[in-house]
Amino acid sequence: MHDFSEAFTAAFRLLVGLDPDLLEIVGLSLRMTFSAALIAALLGLPAGAALALLRFPGRHALIVLVNALMGLPPVVLGLVLYLLLSRAGPLGVLGLLFTPTAMIIAQTCLILPIITALTRQVIEDLSREYDEQLRSLGAGVVRSIGTLLWDGRSSLVTGILAGFGRAAGEVGSIMIVGGNIDHFTRTMTTAMVLETSRGNFALSLGLGAVLMALALGVNAAAALLKETAQRAQG
Amino acid sequence: MRADLPILPLVLEDVVYEARGARLIDRLNFAIEAGPRTIILGPNGAGKSLTLRLCHGLIQPSSGRVEWRGPGARGARRRQAMVFQRPVMLRRSAAANIDYALSLAGLERRTRARRVEEALERTGLSLLARRPARVLSGGEQQRLALARAWALGPDVVFLDEPTASLDPAATRAVEDIVNAFHNSGAKIVMTTQDLGQARRLADEVIFLHRGRMLERESAERFFSAPASPEARAFVRGELLW
Repeated sequence: MHDFSEAFTAAFRLLVGLDPDLLEIVGLSLRMTFSAALIAALLGLPAGAALALLRFPGRHALIVLVNALMGLPPVVLGLVLYLLLSRAGPLGVLGLLFTPTAMIIAQTCLILPIITALTRQVIEDLSREYDEQLRSLGAGVVRSIGTLLWDGRSSLVTGILAGFGRAAGEVGSIMIVGGNIDHFTRTMTTAMVLETSRGNFALSLGLGAVLMALALGVNAAAALLKETAQRAQG
Repeated sequence: MRADLPILPLVLEDVVYEARGARLIDRLNFAIEAGPRTIILGPNGAGKSLTLRLCHGLIQPSSGRVEWRGPGARGARRRQAMVFQRPVMLRRSAAANIDYALSLAGLERRTRARRVEEALERTGLSLLARRPARVLSGGEQQRLALARAWALGPDVVFLDEPTASLDPAATRAVEDIVNAFHNSGAKIVMTTQDLGQARRLADEVIFLHRGRMLERESAERFFSAPASPEARAFVRGELLW
């Protein structure tokens, strides 16, 4: 078991010494996850709000589908994207396979349903309270969507952070479409898989610590934000 | 705003409203004319709130017609306001809540600022202008809802039991604002199940019971000599359902 304590010490040394390899990997991971969360929020917030407010045929089926996609297995998504993006695939000409862009696409697809579904729920609940007042004031659908998104902001931020957390810890899909290429598409999670299988626990543990800190930080930020907002706005 | 052609009268013809097979409003026929403060009175479940929503156009009748018949009826949508039993305030400041309503009404930013200030002053809320609306007390929120309606300068104001959950002081403040509305020339259509309030405010009474209109009288006649046994019981303060 002396491997174990040795690995911890080495991991600690990497973290404190701001090891360049470790920083590079963390940097790429953060960039990728932020991009994915941002894109998914830009698409998912209006889509979720529209799903909550608009009435059209197939709405219920769509809601069920979005909810189901929240549990989409990442490897399945990775496989589908791999086939789409590979040289022979329909999107092969874009040359995106094994690039950070492909990984951002994968993560966006993964968390878009989460943000959309949570937004739909939040906006639908809020709309029950606001609907008659907004209609009385003459607000159309577009204006209502904007108003409800703004008024639901504290709950919605929580949803976006949940998506961010999911993306940060995800490995299956980005391993497949990113390829875990050193100095190019190697992220915290894919590096951990590789280094663990190689028996290089120091880097794995170091990255694991960063991931845990990130998850904790994100959740703490979410809780704090929600509480401050509620105290300020009631 | 009130210099425009009038939108009243508002006419209800054979209005029926049904939900899940139950007839909640049964053949309402009446016209609402400009002038007197109209109080829609009745016990719980009489259909007061539904009637108001039908008048304001928030719900559509299952059958029958709700029509604005004044020469200015085309613009009716924007020239009425409603104050709800439980005011819905947006998560922004008191002043911004009024400003929001004015921007929906299509007013210029500069005109809006002046109107917001005016409405807050009218309702005694000037000092609370920057407070988040949702942390205001129930009474303050209801006054803010009235200020929001006031700022819009409506021809007709619908009020749905605006004092139902307020203490006497807050109720008094709301009633004062309702009277200020009336004195400024706006038509008041208000529901209540509070007999005392009806006596204080009503010029005419529409008495509803189980979704039907049993009486439509001047307040004086209604309170001194109600025609139907249900109204007599209600005016005597007996429990009615």
